[in-house]
Amino acid sequence: MNTEARAFDWAEAPAIATYNFAYLDEQSKRMIRRAILKGIAVPGYQVPFASREMPMPYGWGTGGVQVTASIIGPDDTLKVIDQGADDTTNAISIRKFFQRTTGVRTTTATTEASIIQTRHRIPETPLTAGQVLVYQVPIPEPLRFLEPRETETRTMHALEEYGVMHVKLYEDIARHGHIATTYAYPVMVQGRYVTDPSPTPKFDNPKMDQCPALQLFGAGREMRIYAIPPWTEVTSLDFEDHPFAVQAFDRPCALCGADDVFLDEVIMDDQGGRMFVCSDTDHCNGRQQAGHAGEQET
Amino acid sequence: MQPSLRPESFLEGGFADPVLGGQAVFRCIMQAMAEPGTVQPISHDLQPPEPMTATMAAIAATLCDADTSIWLDATLAANAQVVKWLGFHTGAPVTPRADQATFALVGDIGAMPALADFAQGTDSYPDRSSTLVLAVEHLDRGMALDLSGPGIRDSRTLRFAPVPSDFIAQWAANGARFPRGVDLILAAPGAVACLPRSTRVRQEEG
Ligand SMILES: [Zn+2]
Repeated sequence: MNTEARAFDWAEAPAIATYNFAYLDEQSKRMIRRAILKGIAVPGYQVPFASREMPMPYGWGTGGVQVTASIIGPDDTLKVIDQGADDTTNAISIRKFFQRTTGVRTTTATTEASIIQTRHRIPETPLTAGQVLVYQVPIPEPLRFLEPRETETRTMHALEEYGVMHVKLYEDIARHGHIATTYAYPVMVQGRYVTDPSPTPKFDNPKMDQCPALQLFGAGREMRIYAIPPWTEVTSLDFEDHPFAVQAFDRPCALCGADDVFLDEVIMDDQGGRMFVCSDTDHCNGRQQAGHAGEQET
Repeated sequence: MQPSLRPESFLEGGFADPVLGGQAVFRCIMQAMAEPGTVQPISHDLQPPEPMTATMAAIAATLCDADTSIWLDATLAANAQVVKWLGFHTGAPVTPRADQATFALVGDIGAMPALADFAQGTDSYPDRSSTLVLAVEHLDRGMALDLSGPGIRDSRTLRFAPVPSDFIAQWAANGARFPRGVDLILAAPGAVACLPRSTRVRQEEG
């Protein structure tokens, strides 16, 4: 079976004659809605749910899509980002999917969105109260790489036995002189559950702490939903002598000059020219429109 | 005023549009759960048989189905129309066991069992707990509760009435069981508020 190779494209797909609002059937929505409420009530705890088949392969964010489909309504304005960008194939396809199945307004502006579905980034523009950030999560279990058995990790969460995670991070320090984990850097939610922030860069971890927006996480293949309510304490695991620090960049964005953002390296030409630009395209465009400029050096 | 329903009318009074009606009610509950103690206006067209309140009916019709068991308190369970209405509009099985209920509908708060009598979940599966829907009369008067915890910036005041007996002590015990414990949805006329198990409650002085 090779579903990954067969990309779905809702721009090309013929209109589906009959589908439910947001595609999912109502029974599935209710089940996911109940899981979301439990996840909110126990911040950081992974609620099992019966993931449904979606008209896109796993790896395309089916968990996030199911969460969005279960909460979205006609009054919403949806933004979809992939690695910070609104215009990748994945982001465009998911946006079209919801346009087609709900008719909701869509936007690329973080400030205009009521729901933001994301893969691997948190927008640079601060989120606000009432917004919902829906993460697509591939591996929801932060302990999975240390302990493959689900029964064991579940018990570790139940007993707050997180020593193994600290040992792993400390081995990083012993080997590299610092904690080498830069993506999916584990967080502690409200002092209780060690939680996977999804493969966002650790640069984004501080944005999760005391965030005014509701954060929902959907893992389709692994069948888990979890949540971080607004105004919840989210701390990145660290040590007194090796405190958590975000990635630092030694130059500003080449397009907008921002020096407090996460940058992507972009290859410019086949002579090896490259530049570093905001991974958040909406943030970068907004700054450029406001008159900010970078050096655009290659 | 709500029109009085004929004996056979349990077939009526559901969502005119279950898809968008349920979505709107759910978002209201989700926001209330995410920001505990905020009063979220709820709008829907449900007309359940008395004594079930319209807000309680909207919550049940939104969240309950054949996969969820419902526990009814004596005042609701004694009313055949209520039981039939819930059966028809949700398909949810009614359980006599509070400690096995996915949802518990409480019409008479003064007579309700202790919070500890409902399903608490386990440390491994804290989601296997009861969600209690309480038919409150007011979300703007009653005992003033000072709330803190996830979903609350610094602190927030919630008033509701009637309040379950010995509520402050019961809620503290519920919080001490975290991550186990029950979550409350307070269903008032035209509005809901939530108290998830993560919320700490203190009675305000004066
Ligand atoms: Zn930029």
